[in-house]
Amino acid sequence: MKLEILNGHLVDPKNEIDQAADLFIADGKVVAIAKPPDDWQADQTIDASNRLVLPGLVELSASLREPGFEHKATIRSETAAAAAAGITSLACLPTTDPVVDTPAQVELIEQLSHDSGLCRVYVIGALTAGLRGESLSEMAALKAAGCVGVSNVLQPLKSSLVLRRAMEYASSQDLTIFTHPLDHQLAHNGCVHEGLTSSRLGLPGIPAAAETAAVAFQLALIEELNVRTHFCRLSTRRAVNMIARARYDKLPITADTSILHLYLTDQDIQGFDGLCHNLPPYRTREDREGLREGLQAGSLSAICADHQPHEIEAKLAPFQSTEPGSSTLETLLPLVLELVQQDLLTLSKAVRLVTQGPAEILDICAGNLCVGEHADVCIVDPELSWFLNSETMHSRGKNTPLLGDELKGCVTHTILGGKLIFENHLW
Amino acid sequence: MRHFLNIGGLSSEEITHILDTAESFTSVDGQTVKKVPLLRGKTIVNLFFEPSTRTRTTFELAAKRLSADVLNINVATSATTKGESLLDTLFNLEAMNTDMFIVRHPESGAADFIAKYVSPHVSIINAGDGRHAHPTQAMLDMFTIRKYYKDFSNLRVAIVGDILHSRVARSQIKALNILGIKEVRVIAPRTLLPANVEQLGVSVFQNCKQGLQDVDVIIMLRLQKERMQGAFIPSEHEYFQLYGLTPERLVLAKPNAIVMHPGPINRGVEISSEVADGPQSVILHQVNFGIAVRMAILSIAISPNDNGVTNET
Repeated sequence: MKLEILNGHLVDPKNEIDQAADLFIADGKVVAIAKPPDDWQADQTIDASNRLVLPGLVELSASLREPGFEHKATIRSETAAAAAAGITSLACLPTTDPVVDTPAQVELIEQLSHDSGLCRVYVIGALTAGLRGESLSEMAALKAAGCVGVSNVLQPLKSSLVLRRAMEYASSQDLTIFTHPLDHQLAHNGCVHEGLTSSRLGLPGIPAAAETAAVAFQLALIEELNVRTHFCRLSTRRAVNMIARARYDKLPITADTSILHLYLTDQDIQGFDGLCHNLPPYRTREDREGLREGLQAGSLSAICADHQPHEIEAKLAPFQSTEPGSSTLETLLPLVLELVQQDLLTLSKAVRLVTQGPAEILDICAGNLCVGEHADVCIVDPELSWFLNSETMHSRGKNTPLLGDELKGCVTHTILGGKLIFENHLW
Repeated sequence: MRHFLNIGGLSSEEITHILDTAESFTSVDGQTVKKVPLLRGKTIVNLFFEPSTRTRTTFELAAKRLSADVLNINVATSATTKGESLLDTLFNLEAMNTDMFIVRHPESGAADFIAKYVSPHVSIINAGDGRHAHPTQAMLDMFTIRKYYKDFSNLRVAIVGDILHSRVARSQIKALNILGIKEVRVIAPRTLLPANVEQLGVSVFQNCKQGLQDVDVIIMLRLQKERMQGAFIPSEHEYFQLYGLTPERLVLAKPNAIVMHPGPINRGVEISSEVADGPQSVILHQVNFGIAVRMAILSIAISPNDNGVTNET
């Protein structure tokens, strides 16, 4: 099977390509860029005139909800959404039911993902048994089953000693820890950023210090133990500054933020919109600018969707009783391109933050168009606008604060391992 | 006005209109037959997800004096079923052709949430949602203040105590600012003040000595006993020493200052009996005014002559 993508504008940050170039794919691999190989005869041609041809996107954090929460979404439904969003590799979290703390769970998810065949799914395993924060999970077994890292996600650890031991043990197994920095005692029963909005609405707040205190504490451990750690979903300017300093000091750390944290602030919660309920919470304008600057300066090496699909009822309650999180896979690329439109990032840098950046954090071979590698490709029309609504969304979760908004930048084709798995039929 | 959810969004004129209407209802209270037929044939449901005596009974009396049929429903909530049972409960009661729900709920935003999903012909009155708002209490407090002072623009009001957890304080602060008050002060230790409280339109004091100086109105807030467990304050004793309203502290205020409290009061915790029962206390008048003020709000909300005011922020 030979596929050629002609007349597009190719952006591959890993190979420093940002130019008009054709792409040639054979037997699932990239075989040539710009010039076809000798005796080339394509079976299929895609005309990518006026379109961007990017490496398939890599998503650091998607909750696929299966097993255990199939009323919210399934691996099948969410990998289909990923394909429609131009995402060809994603990491899923261990917060399923049962949680991913045994090889059997990893294998189940891998099998179901393989069967759906719409996205490469990588599993992040549980850091502690049952995510209960008390005893360690069998990390070597998880790694052998294919886990790319371990995390306790937003479940608290019983003590700082457990975190220290978990960090050391993960390091012994050469596993990256994915930490969601939050001091659970300071966060208490909070559900929004602690500030003017929380005071006005009378909602319990989560102070910025709940994040910065946890980052500072974990950095102190990392400095002493030299363990590879990724900080997930930073939400405050001060945390970004702390990460920048630690990276300058050569600590083995990386960090990301979520796409909605780059746009929303606590002011968007006015009117108790449960769709804006998120953990960590959307914070101040000042924090949002800090996150954007962190991307520009390179302190943050990836932007993730932080995809959390929910059933409708999960958001049908007074604000504090709604479940946090948004369905975001399909807004990731349009909103990343919007950062380019606003002159905050160059196109190449923006693409790097959703391809090579997250691929390096996960230590997987993805997010590039190297000759000889898997042909995972996303073709996007950067000028085409569309409306995000329950008809256009592929994810089963329609829970997004952007529902009804017009987005610019539309994925037209997604290619996974040389195979066209998604083509947009809206036009 | 279809719903009455919050003070914010009301104009000074609208507040004044409600207070004037309440004034006209105070005469009903003195009649031998304490009833007017304004809401005859209307069904009002007191839907309380949190215990309440004062608020529920004054709403009930207000509705009955307007000749409405009133149903009291106390719903015990469990943390796991809150969201779903809330809408289900609502839709079930709505199916019985209810015209108005008076809602008290432990979560901030609950009344706004219900108002969003209720049928177009049904009115929602917020009788207190979490820490967010208690607009009818704030209205009766404004009514009370207006009974003693004609002009808000010269007044200094001090609100003393647990501002952080108080929906009453939030609504009072809004109402007072809309009515053009000279100064609203809040007096509390930092543990009981919300973040960025100074941006809500108040001056902040952490001690009574300065905070009570020359004020015209003192509003004391109830201190709930569980605040000691949350490490907000060390003890009732120390709280009373620092923030309790005693005759010695009361003299810091203007000589004719009035003392208010939304109730129920904790004698010896936030207020001494001498002050609570003293000549400057108007606490029991507040309760009485509550009926007329709630009659005014119910009648305006349910009246067929909709004046177009929606109050939903």
